Amino acid sequence: MTVLTTPGTAPDERLARTHPLVRLLRRPEIGALVAALVIFVYFSAATTSFLSPAGVATWLYSASLFGIMAVAVAMLMIGGEFDLSAGAMTGTTGLLVGAFTTQWGMNLWFAMLLALLIALFVGAFNGFLVVKTGIPSFIVTLGTFFILQGLNLAGTKLVTGQVAIQGMTLVPGFDAGKAIFGSTIPVLGVSLKVSVFWWLGITAVASWLLLRTRYGNWIFAIGGQLQSAVQTGVPVRRTRIGLFMGTAAAGWLVGMLSLFDVATVQATTGIGQEFIYIICAVVGGCLLTGGYGSAIGAALGALIYGMILQGIVFAQWDNNWLKAFLGGMLLLAVLVNLSVRRQAGVRA
Amino acid sequence: MNAADGTTAAPRTAAPVLEVRGIGKVYGSVIALSDISTSVGAGEVLCVLGDNGAGKSTLLKVLAGVHPHSSGELLLDGAAVRFTGPRLALDAGIATVYQDLAIVPLMPVWRNFFLGAELSAGIGPFSRIRVAEMRAITLAQLGRMGIDLRDVDQPIGTLSGGERQSVAIARAIYFGARVVILDEPTSALGVKQAGVVLRYVAQARDHGLGVVFVTHNPHHAYPVGDRFLVLNRGASLGEFDRKGITIDELTRLMAGGAELDSLARELERG
Repeated sequence: MTVLTTPGTAPDERLARTHPLVRLLRRPEIGALVAALVIFVYFSAATTSFLSPAGVATWLYSASLFGIMAVAVAMLMIGGEFDLSAGAMTGTTGLLVGAFTTQWGMNLWFAMLLALLIALFVGAFNGFLVVKTGIPSFIVTLGTFFILQGLNLAGTKLVTGQVAIQGMTLVPGFDAGKAIFGSTIPVLGVSLKVSVFWWLGITAVASWLLLRTRYGNWIFAIGGQLQSAVQTGVPVRRTRIGLFMGTAAAGWLVGMLSLFDVATVQATTGIGQEFIYIICAVVGGCLLTGGYGSAIGAALGALIYGMILQGIVFAQWDNNWLKAFLGGMLLLAVLVNLSVRRQAGVRA
Repeated sequence: MNAADGTTAAPRTAAPVLEVRGIGKVYGSVIALSDISTSVGAGEVLCVLGDNGAGKSTLLKVLAGVHPHSSGELLLDGAAVRFTGPRLALDAGIATVYQDLAIVPLMPVWRNFFLGAELSAGIGPFSRIRVAEMRAITLAQLGRMGIDLRDVDQPIGTLSGGERQSVAIARAIYFGARVVILDEPTSALGVKQAGVVLRYVAQARDHGLGVVFVTHNPHHAYPVGDRFLVLNRGASLGEFDRKGITIDELTRLMAGGAELDSLARELERG
């Protein structure tokens, strides 16, 4: 790895040649890739519906919604922070659009824009509080999570008298919205939900941001060693707040995708999913301590989750195995991440 | 305390880039530094020596622009300046390499090298970083300093302490430093690694940089230093050029000469 040659002397004898396999293992997403392949092969062999066109469409749809969030959450985690309000945000944005349009007759597109602005504001608020006070984001966003959860339920009941918002199909422009967020696109005989393409697009953009722009460099630096980022002149506050706004915006996107898919929003939408996003990110190679991870890995983590979620149904197991599976997966991922990091020889 | 009678007029090898005249720093009622005069020119190594609490850090902070001086003059290329922030000192070409080096251990060497000053192409949100170019520059710049890395993609945390220090120095030089201030660059290192860093200090000097080497270790300072400023309790014990002082004298002076002798006698009896 390290070569320090003074002219005329042999290379440092403590040096081990970097095996190409070690190089591959150093990639943060490798563990998730292997696990995804294993799970794919297993459920393909163990069940008949898993590989059927309808089956593939089902687990890819599940994976896509979790994947969009997991990618945004992974970016935030690489930046060293958590966002527990991300799950509730998917409900809040959908409910807002539902209430704006069905209850108050607001224009659909304007309602969506307004919901996005509100989401961005909440994200900025999270980020601002974390940056300004130094309170751990875990606590700050736990607070926002409960606030959103309460508002979602109480607000929905107050406005509609029910715990869900319905009748979206009657809103003018719904069909156009559905074309963007809720349509189905046939690919090789599989009717894929459009959310799958959003997921791929978001993953690609996030990867590009992380690896090929200055912002990516800054995010890794902030999560890896905040003080060093400050000393080298990285705009630390702006970047961190931006990351929180990113997860909020992803929450809005997922909110819209589910809203236009089923035309109904439950007041409890997204609650309890915030940890799944974090698990997907960790399974995808993100370190809980920040500074390391990948968007592709997080997308693979979500793919694993989607496959297990639906695979268990196809295999007709008790649904409760999912949680146990998930917990085991998380622990395994953390251990693999740890050993991979040691393999890479990082003296943290 | 020894008076500054050992002072010899250090022969100038270059016009001073950075100079202080009778500089002092007061924190509230504490006089942290008083009446210090010294300078560093291109291709020169000025060692600032002193025990803990001697005022080394205060002098460093004044030079680096962290704290503006309270009295005296700070001259850059002969003109009086006043740094009110680290950015101003940096813009003037005075780079400080602190002990923590401002690196991110998990990030590749080249990303660390360009952190906060990435080379970009394209406009606005669509600008991308020029990866290949930054890799090549990092490799070349480190090569200039005699650091031969096989792979600039390895996490910087995998480098040895001395190499990390050297990368930080190379970075300061590449980004236009004329004077590099090194804050205890060898204090946490073993003998061999310290030697590695000292070699890079000499490299930097040979490339025409002024180096201010702040240390409490005369054994590290002596081989590489051109001149030695010895501080004690915020005041100067004198500035010596290398011909004017031996390493034993330097050590004795730093430790407060007579105090060390009496300590030696005391320990012998025990």
